Amino acid sequence: MEKLFPKMQIINENGEWTDETYRSEITEELTKELYTKMLRSRLFDRKGVNLQRQGRIGTYVPFEGQEASQIGSALAMGEGDWMFPTYRDHAATMTFGHSLKTLFLYWKGRQEGCVPPAGKNIFPPAVPIASQLLHATGTAWAEKLKGTDRASIVYFGDGATSEGDFHEGLNFASVFNVPVVFFNQNNGFAISVPIEKQMKSKTIAQKAVAYEMEGIRLDGNDVFAVYFHTRTAVERARKGEGPTLIEALTWRYGAHTTADDPSKYRDQNESAMRREKTDPLLRLERFMKNESMWDEKWAEDLEASLTAEIEEAVKEMEEMPAPHYNDMFDHVFAQNPWPIDSQKEAYAHSRGDR
Amino acid sequence: MTTLVDTKKLTMVQAVTDGMRVMMKEHENVIVLGEDVGQNGGVFRATDGLVAEFGDQRVIDTPLAESGIIGTSIGLAMNGFKPIAEMQFLGFIYPGFNQIMTHASRIRARTLGSFTVPMVIRAPFGAGVRAPEIHSDSVESLFTGMPGMKVVVPSNPYDAKGMLISAIEDPDPVLFLEPMRCYRSTKMDVPDGKYNVPLGKAARLQEGEDVSIFAYGAMIDVVTKAAKTAEEKGIKCDVIDLRTLYPLDKDMIAESVQKTGRAVIVHEAPGTGGLGETILSLINDTSFLHMRAPVERVTGFDTPVPMFALEDHYLPSAERVVQAIEKVTQF
Ligand SMILES: Cc1ncc(C[n+]2csc(CCOP(=O)(O)OP(=O)(O)O)c2C)c(N)n1
Ligand SMILES: [Mg+2]
Repeated sequence: MEKLFPKMQIINENGEWTDETYRSEITEELTKELYTKMLRSRLFDRKGVNLQRQGRIGTYVPFEGQEASQIGSALAMGEGDWMFPTYRDHAATMTFGHSLKTLFLYWKGRQEGCVPPAGKNIFPPAVPIASQLLHATGTAWAEKLKGTDRASIVYFGDGATSEGDFHEGLNFASVFNVPVVFFNQNNGFAISVPIEKQMKSKTIAQKAVAYEMEGIRLDGNDVFAVYFHTRTAVERARKGEGPTLIEALTWRYGAHTTADDPSKYRDQNESAMRREKTDPLLRLERFMKNESMWDEKWAEDLEASLTAEIEEAVKEMEEMPAPHYNDMFDHVFAQNPWPIDSQKEAYAHSRGDR
Repeated sequence: MTTLVDTKKLTMVQAVTDGMRVMMKEHENVIVLGEDVGQNGGVFRATDGLVAEFGDQRVIDTPLAESGIIGTSIGLAMNGFKPIAEMQFLGFIYPGFNQIMTHASRIRARTLGSFTVPMVIRAPFGAGVRAPEIHSDSVESLFTGMPGMKVVVPSNPYDAKGMLISAIEDPDPVLFLEPMRCYRSTKMDVPDGKYNVPLGKAARLQEGEDVSIFAYGAMIDVVTKAAKTAEEKGIKCDVIDLRTLYPLDKDMIAESVQKTGRAVIVHEAPGTGGLGETILSLINDTSFLHMRAPVERVTGFDTPVPMFALEDHYLPSAERVVQAIEKVTQF
C-alpha cells in the first residue's frame, strides 16, 4: 500500500529539489509568503502555550510542527470556499482569514472565538472528532447544487479516521460527487494512541479506494508539496471531478494539549530529533539558502514585526470587556422562547441586576 | 474479635481506579476499554497503573470511536465479559448513543432475559473546570429517561469506589458519571479491598427539619455551602445526596419532604427535562398534602453550556440556592 500511495514531495529535508514539476511557479515571492505565514503561526503557537502557562488563557492545543500541512493547504483555497478546522488548525484558519485576536479569544473561553471574519466561511473548531467531515460535504454539496465552482476543505487527524462520521463523510461525498477536499494530518498519534494501534492500514490515503475516490499521500512538512497537490485536488473538485482524500504526514512536537504529558506515552527525543531533521520551517530556510533567497536581515525583521503583531493581538484579546451573561441566553434561537426568557429574567433578578 | 479495615486517603479519581483494580483482581472477566486508557492511564489518570498490573489484553486502548467502544462492549458483555467502557468525556458519548439506546438498554427485554448486557460505562462530566467546548455537558437526563439504563453519580471518594463496585456487579448496564469538579477536590479515607455502596440508595448528608435539599455530584459542594449559610439564618436543611439518578430513592425523598414540607432541587443540567422534574413528580405522587410551599428548582439553563468565560453564570451557585431556600421558607 505504501507503494500504491507513495509519499509525494517537492523539496527534501535538506531543501533540495526532488520534483521539479512546479519549478517555474516556485518564485522567491511565493517562497517568502509561505515562510512568513509559517513563522507567523509558529510564533503565535508558542505564545499560546506561554499564555496558558501564565494562566492568561485556558487549555491550549499546540500545533508546532504541523505548519506546512496547514498553511500549504489553506493557501490553496480561494475566496468563498469553505473551511472546517479542528481544535488544532489555527495555522490553517489564520491563513484563510481568522484574526489572531479571534483565535486567542477562543482559548480564553469566549464565544467570540467562534465567530468567522465577515464574508469568510470558516466553521468554528470541531471538537467532537470527525463530525465536521459531514458538514464540509454538505456545504460543498450545496455549492454544487447552486452551480458555483466553490469547494470545501476539512481538516482532521489520524485518530478521526476511526469514527463512523469519517466514513459517512467520504461515502456521501463520493456518492454525490461533491467538491470537497478531505485533508488529513497524520501526526502519528491520537493523544497517546499511536497510529499502529488506531488502524492496521499502512496508509490513510488507501481508505479512498473503498469510496472510489482520489487518494494521495504527501510529505506534510514540505509546504510546496502540500500547496501544489492540494491545489490540484481543489481544481479537480471545482471542475466537478469529485472529492479527494489527502494524507499529509507530519508530527506535533509538543503535547496533545497543554493538559497532556506526552512523556507518559512516547519518547520526546523523537520530537527533538525531528525538529532538527524534518522541521517544515528549517527545511524552507535550507531551501531558501540553497536558492539564494535567504537574507538574514529580512528574517530578523520579519520575526520582529510578527512578534509585534502577535503581542498586539494578545493586548486586544485581554483588553476586551468581559462578556455579559446575556450572551449565553440570547443566541440559542432566533427569538428566545419563554423558558429562556424567564430563566434569563430570574437570573438577572437573583443577581440584583433587575 | 474486631477486624480493623485498612484505609487509604484517596481522591475521587484514585478511588475510581481502586474500584476497578479490586474488581479486576477478583474477576478475570472484568476488562477496561476506551481511548487512552492504557499507557496514558486515561486523560484524567483514572486507569493509571492498570495496564501495568493487568496487561493490554484486559486494559485496552481502542480506536477512537465511541460507537465502536460501546457496541463491542455490548457484544463482550453478552458473551461472558464485564466491560468497563470509558468515555473520555460525557460530551463525547453521543456517537455511542445509538448503541446504548437501541441495544444496551433493551437487549434483556427483547430476549426476555436470554441475553443480558452487564456492562459499565464510565464518563467524567460537568462544568466548572474551564474545559474547552462540549467537554462540560451535563446530559444525565438523556439516560435517566432511557428505559433499561441505571444512572449513578457519586459525589465523594468513598461512594465512588463502593458504587463503582456495585455497578460492576450489577446484572444490567450502568452509566457511571464522574463529576470532574470532584475528581481531586478532596481526599477521604477509603477502605482497601472490596465494599459496596448500594445503587438506588440516596444518602442524608445533614439532618434538618425546615427544608429538604436534593442534589448530586458536583452540586453537593454547592448545596452544602448553601445549607451552612441557611443555618446561620436559622434555617435547618435536610441535605440529601441522591447518588443514584435512576432508579431514584423514592423512600428517602418522600420521608424527607414529609418531614420538612419544603424542598429545593439543585442540578447543573438544564431545567427543562432535567431530573428536577422527575423529583417534583415524585414529591407530588408521594407527599402532595405534606407540602407547605411550592418546590423550588435551581438548575442550569435551557442553553448549551457556554464557553468557560461564562460558565460560572451557568452553574447554580450557593447564593442562588440560598435564595431558593429563603423563598420556600418565606412562602
Ligand atoms: C467524539 C470525540 N471523542 C473523543 C474526543 C477526545 N479527543 C480529543 S482529541 C482526541 C484525539 C484526536 O486524534 P487525531 O484525530 O489524530 O487528531 P490530533 O489531535 O492528533 O490532531 C481525542 C480522543 C473528542 N474530542 N471527540
Ligand atoms: Mg493525530
